[in-house]
Amino acid sequence: MKIPLLQIAHARSGDKGDTANVGLIALRPEWYPLMERHVTRDAVARHFGGEIDGPVVRFELPNLNALNFLLHGALDGGGTLSLKTDAQGKVFSTALLRMTLDVSDEEARVAGIAADGSKP
Amino acid sequence: MKEIVRVAGGQGFWGDSLDAPRQQVEGGPIDYLMLDYLAEVTMSILQKQKSRDPSLGYARDFVGAVESVMPAILERGVRVVANAGGVNPRACAAAIRAIVPEGSRAAKLRIGVVTGDDLLERLDDLINSGHPLANMETGEALSTIRDRVLSANAYIGSTPIVEALERGANVVITGRSTDTALTMAPLRYAFGWGAEDWDRLAAGIVAGHIIECGAQCSGGNSLCDWRTIPDLANVGYPIAEASPDGSFVITKHKGTGGRVSVPTVTEQLVYEMGDPREYITPDVVADFTTIRLESDGPDRVRVSGIRGRPATDSLKVSIAYAAGFKAVGTLVYSWPEALDKAQAADQILRERIDRLGLKFDQILTEFVGASATHGRLALPVGSDTPDYPEVQLRIGVRGPKRADVERFAREIAPLVLNGPPSVTGFAGGRPKVEDIVAYWPALIDKQVVTTQVEIV
Repeated sequence: MKIPLLQIAHARSGDKGDTANVGLIALRPEWYPLMERHVTRDAVARHFGGEIDGPVVRFELPNLNALNFLLHGALDGGGTLSLKTDAQGKVFSTALLRMTLDVSDEEARVAGIAADGSKP
Repeated sequence: MKEIVRVAGGQGFWGDSLDAPRQQVEGGPIDYLMLDYLAEVTMSILQKQKSRDPSLGYARDFVGAVESVMPAILERGVRVVANAGGVNPRACAAAIRAIVPEGSRAAKLRIGVVTGDDLLERLDDLINSGHPLANMETGEALSTIRDRVLSANAYIGSTPIVEALERGANVVITGRSTDTALTMAPLRYAFGWGAEDWDRLAAGIVAGHIIECGAQCSGGNSLCDWRTIPDLANVGYPIAEASPDGSFVITKHKGTGGRVSVPTVTEQLVYEMGDPREYITPDVVADFTTIRLESDGPDRVRVSGIRGRPATDSLKVSIAYAAGFKAVGTLVYSWPEALDKAQAADQILRERIDRLGLKFDQILTEFVGASATHGRLALPVGSDTPDYPEVQLRIGVRGPKRADVERFAREIAPLVLNGPPSVTGFAGGRPKVEDIVAYWPALIDKQVVTTQVEIV
């Protein structure tokens, strides 16, 4: 079944030069394993394909039920160089949260996510 | 030794709330007030000011902030630590001294001034003695842009701030110290942590990372359950209540708005984060994958378990240089077919740029209201374009020739009469041409940077 990432996670993003970082945080600790399995570096790279110029790197923070993604070449040069509205990458967070996860019914059941997509 | 030391964050950046410093000292007991004024290219703005007037070059808002909390400093013993000194910490100290009239009160104010971070005058010597100050992202040597450098400051750590506190300073003014050192130094001083107390230094750094952006950890910019966060007009700025073992509680004063919770603190922890295992500072390398968070009651989050590793041999250097010019123009197109009209206007402008022979390194168009923040991710699936009430065309250019950018800026207004219909939102006038000051991050051997502490 399809689960909007927005249903199981929140996020905040920022910048480091021309790189946007997105910290993705599971809304409940029990949803972190599913998030970690499905929101892979490759999935995020596909999601942002064409919108960023560089590679995606992923780090795990299981202690915080969070993943940190670095999106290189995302900010048109970043900082004062960039002409973008979001020159500092502050809404790459919500851009990532537009992702939809393709999850088996069993996985969803184990994680306690309702079949109709509503929050339990 | 005190059991609990409270460091309050009162300013996340230059331009942050004018009231927060005073509200932090008046809202309850605190021991230290930490104020952060420096963004990456702030130093270059300050260098420009100093070059026009040698008595400037510091964050002038700091003077008003200190004035607003002076009774707390002189009568309650609250100590202020700030990087407001910019490229002229001594002038900043003089400006603070000037707001306290002579007399017994004046004698109670002891201002610690930390210098040594400013490398601008030393750059050629450093380059010639084997420090290329290569760009950390591109590898290019600084010599390739040497004549465009506007400022150069090493990020210094907590040691000179600790020394200033040890020597009795109740206001400590630095230049380019790391933001996190402003919080960690008071804790290191108060608890007597040694220079190799890696785990506790790392804990202080983490406390600094949490509170250095003001209310962004206490309910501001918090996506989780944002609608239910109360009273942001009176948001409480954060306080780290630290213990000698390095554990601490993040909280805020009673009666303030906002929220301190595991989600709000976690959002701030991942903000501007690279490799979480290697959060590098001049004093220590902190491992953010060791942080444990737990709720400690309403608006209280306990933070513990932090591990750190030895510091590196280098300091990061913040260099700013002139990188051309830019301008951004906007016009609003209204329903019907708002996006189509905005796109047509963009095509006209690009053709005008071509016809005029203007040369730019980058021309960037966005349609605010349709796709400016999320690009193609926001575009609707299928062929139907939503019937937007209005779309703002936003088009920017950047390049090395000021004249070309200025000429572009004059092409926006004519579109009001010459371009697609139902256009508005131009009353702001011609877009202004900005000097681009870009950031050049480099590393330098710690051995070549020496800080000084004076008490004035």
